[in-house]
Amino acid sequence: MSYLLDILSPLLQGTLVTLQVFLLTMLLAVPLGLGLALLRLSRRAWLGRLVSGYVWLMRGTPLMLQMLFIYFALPFVPVIGIRLPDFPAAILAFTLNYAAYFAEIFRAGIQSVDRGQYEASKVLGLSYVQTMRRIVLPQMVKRILPPMSNETITLIKDTSLIYVLAMNDLLRAARGIVQRDFTTSPFVVAAAFYLLMTLVLTWAFQRMEKKVAVYD
Amino acid sequence: MIRAIDLHKRFGELIVLRGVSFEVARGEVVAVIGPSGSGKSTLLRCLIHLETIERGAIEIQGRPLVSTDAHGHCHYQPDAEIRQLCGRMGMVFQHFNLFPHLTVLQNLIEAPVTVKGLSRDAVLPLAEELLRKVGLFDKRDSYPSRLSGGQKQRVAIARALAMQPDILLFDEPTSALDPELTGEVLRTMRALAEEHMTMVVVTHEMGFAREVASRVVFMDGGQVVEAGTPQQLFGAPQQPRTRAFLANLL
Repeated sequence: MSYLLDILSPLLQGTLVTLQVFLLTMLLAVPLGLGLALLRLSRRAWLGRLVSGYVWLMRGTPLMLQMLFIYFALPFVPVIGIRLPDFPAAILAFTLNYAAYFAEIFRAGIQSVDRGQYEASKVLGLSYVQTMRRIVLPQMVKRILPPMSNETITLIKDTSLIYVLAMNDLLRAARGIVQRDFTTSPFVVAAAFYLLMTLVLTWAFQRMEKKVAVYD
Repeated sequence: MIRAIDLHKRFGELIVLRGVSFEVARGEVVAVIGPSGSGKSTLLRCLIHLETIERGAIEIQGRPLVSTDAHGHCHYQPDAEIRQLCGRMGMVFQHFNLFPHLTVLQNLIEAPVTVKGLSRDAVLPLAEELLRKVGLFDKRDSYPSRLSGGQKQRVAIARALAMQPDILLFDEPTSALDPELTGEVLRTMRALAEEHMTMVVVTHEMGFAREVASRVVFMDGGQVVEAGTPQQLFGAPQQPRTRAFLANLL
């Protein structure tokens, strides 16, 4: 028992890193994904194609590779080359990657809103921005919640990839202890932490779904 | 109120309007009838800029919405002017198109608040009065999904009226309803007609056209075949196509 308490502190610190990466990524990738979705649906076809290309690139290569590229290769890229510390590099990679997935979810959600909603908005005098903000996006939210719940749960586990930048997330902290003490119990504790976090996420999404279910 | 001159419109290969001219005076109730695919809904949608025409001219209350020059090029007014002109018209759709995420009352209030910039409190009296008028005041806090088709359409009418339009366009307002629910919607429309609301109604309800319309327009094949008072058009149709259409209904 006291051994568990001993390893709890480093594991909690790892959890903190995991949560930081998770929250910051969500905070940045959701608006970016929404912007990408709107651009993708824009009447300017070249903008849509540009976003499609971006989504292809981000979904078509491993997140770990993107992270390694941003951390190790970006400094040598002409013009935009900057050297980022490990944490910002990880956040940047996660945000760019997850925004692509979010963009596709948002796009599907926006497209599932009936054309009649746009027509009703138009004849009532709403502008495009007003139609989006007041009519379409609120309806989109309801339809994207299940896939978004999926994606956020994946994100919380994907955060363990930051170990490649030598950052101490929950899983790496656990592995460190395992290698030091020759016991696998830290893995069990880490698994419990992950499960707890996904439980909270699942619960939060269920609450949101219930909230938007009032107009079913 | 509305003057449309020689409207032409096609969807790809399909020509839907081939030279439709059409006028609506203040206080008139014009029923547009005709077989499916005759272009009557498209005509209505062109008037309120849900579709664009390729040739012809439309004037709303004496101001041009779109015109065609001597070379046959069609020119729409700038967006701000289009918005202002179309803002004088309201529209009721076949499939209601209520905002499902908003309550009945919020459906009515949304546009006046968002578009006209009025405060909720300023709009509330009118919205409540309109809901009483269409007999749905007790449903004001319900979501559209809880309403019957007839109730939805009456809310849609109230929503259009909440913007205080000068002209109301109806695109087959009862076609999506069960037969027993059309009556309540038609009664609401009849009440509006009695208040001298200017209305253009695309409909398959011949009874409504006959009893409520001040003028009936019969369209077929993208053209106005015949127009006149209900007595003229139903009692003594001049054109063979009109006669054939009316005979088919009986």
